[in-house]
Amino acid sequence: MARLDLHGLSKRYGDFHAVREVTLEIDDGEFLVLLGPSGCGKTTTLRMVAGFIEPSAGNVRLAGQDVTQLPPWKRNAGMVFQSYALFPHLTVAQNVAFGLEMRKLPRADINKRVDEALALVRLGGYGGRLPRQLSGGQQQRVALARALAIRPDVLLLDEPLSNLDAKLRQEVRVEIHELQHQLGLTTVMVTHDQEEALTMADRLVVMNEGSVRQVGTQRDLYERPADRFVAGFVGRSTFLEGAVEAPGRFRTDGGLALACSGSGSGAKSGRGVLALRPERLQVAPAPITGLDNGLPGTVEFVSYLGALIDIHVRLSPADRLVVQIANREGGFAPEVGQSVHVSWPASAGLVFTE
Amino acid sequence: MAALAVIRRRAGRWALNGAAGVALAYILLPLIFVVWLAFFRQEIPSFPPEGYSLRWFAAILDQRKFVDGFSLSFQVGVLATGVGLLLGVPAALCLARRNFTLRGPLANLLLMPIVVPGVVLGTAMYVFQVEVENGLDVDVLGTFYALVAGHIVIVIPWVVRLVTASLSGVDRATEEAAQNLGANPWVTFWRITLPAIRPGIVAGALFGFVTSFGNLEMSLFLVGPGRTTLPIVILQYLEWKIDPTIAAVSVVQIVLIGTAMLITDRYVKLARVV
Repeated sequence: MARLDLHGLSKRYGDFHAVREVTLEIDDGEFLVLLGPSGCGKTTTLRMVAGFIEPSAGNVRLAGQDVTQLPPWKRNAGMVFQSYALFPHLTVAQNVAFGLEMRKLPRADINKRVDEALALVRLGGYGGRLPRQLSGGQQQRVALARALAIRPDVLLLDEPLSNLDAKLRQEVRVEIHELQHQLGLTTVMVTHDQEEALTMADRLVVMNEGSVRQVGTQRDLYERPADRFVAGFVGRSTFLEGAVEAPGRFRTDGGLALACSGSGSGAKSGRGVLALRPERLQVAPAPITGLDNGLPGTVEFVSYLGALIDIHVRLSPADRLVVQIANREGGFAPEVGQSVHVSWPASAGLVFTE
Repeated sequence: MAALAVIRRRAGRWALNGAAGVALAYILLPLIFVVWLAFFRQEIPSFPPEGYSLRWFAAILDQRKFVDGFSLSFQVGVLATGVGLLLGVPAALCLARRNFTLRGPLANLLLMPIVVPGVVLGTAMYVFQVEVENGLDVDVLGTFYALVAGHIVIVIPWVVRLVTASLSGVDRATEEAAQNLGANPWVTFWRITLPAIRPGIVAGALFGFVTSFGNLEMSLFLVGPGRTTLPIVILQYLEWKIDPTIAAVSVVQIVLIGTAMLITDRYVKLARVV
């Protein structure tokens, strides 16, 4: 295992910038997740690391060596594909042995390492099967074993869980994570699923429109999102349009004056948005004392999610926000049309100026 | 109402089965008659048969031209199929994988030989070979290799079409996975792509061979003196005689091609590619 450095990595197709100036340093043994909506450039970035796409600019260093000009078959990067890409005409053992045969290892070593890799993904005894005789989850583990058998410098995972059903996904998520820690694998995973990203990553990279918007831990992204996009993409936010009146003071277009002390609230003036996390707000029949903001409103819509309930409250003709409450026994559960008060501390308000 | 729906559904099924039966009979009846005829005892085909015998099958072997024609058709078919594969498989790969300006027209061009009437193709080939002969001052027309060259042209469309079809079912990611694991493009092709498109190649070769073996119109223009393919031998024989020898020859052909298809189908499911 080794460290991976991307420097100023870019990919242009004509006038379209698929990836712009991505610079990332991934430590030995680190699990980095590239997160973003489809078309944000995360997969292109991963494929440039694997060598399937030639960058328009920038370079890729793997284990200290510049591999930018090397073809995929000369880079020691193990990749797990979204479709698993198992060789359908080869058995499980032959699939796993493929990379070792390419490295011209002696037969005895190959057999030993195939057995090890299959044992690692708990598929010992399945070596003689064909891929089509396995379930989706098992195929996924063969793909992982095949990538691990070559002892890659970096493990690349391209949406590895997207073809699994929800329950299996959770299991495999934990498995991959444990395996990664146990083996100390430098890993880069691409996903659009933020829950997947948050549970697996040591560090996350949020991308949009080809650019890196923010790099950080789960807490960094959630508590201190760098921009409006990250605030909306990682976790959920209600955005109130308006302008900064003074540091710590935001006036919405609907005329509400709100106190804020979260990230970005040091701005002195200018148009912008106030982002509020639905779960940081409280809703009650009367104002809650001790909180910086308390406003009356009317419930417009209630969305029952089981453990949680989303309540959409209109505060003014131009301002509507979402409050998420836990579905507690005997808790306050407002209904549509009811008058309520929404309260929150100033620290819950994040400001993004234009 | 429910009863009416049931009747309707049944009527629909009968109509469909009936249509399928008519189509099948239309295809099979001539074949059945040819096979039946081959076993008639009398020389002039007439119904009902006077009796049955195998003499017409024995008669085939008595006539050298049938044996020679079969041998020539077989050699031409095998050689044309071999060269057709060498040219057609890379062409199919190129058409399926590369994106270039003239891809569409080129794909159509490669399928053209099975669309153009055989006589037109034969005439074109004939004129071309005459021109080449005059231009290069070597014997071309009527030679064995010129005949094979013509047959390669009618084999290629089958290879290209069936290999292209099986390529579309190959997950490109498997090729990338192979490269990711250390295989260069050449090794990737031999170890991953080729096994995946083997059904298409086998089916393309089979249909190419059958097309070449049965080709009459184009071959008429290309054969030379003393070099006659089986379909031409049959045609020439029919100009003089109409005894059941021809039917017997047809039965032998049907059996050979049918056997080849059944054997192929054991290894490669033809229904999946064609």
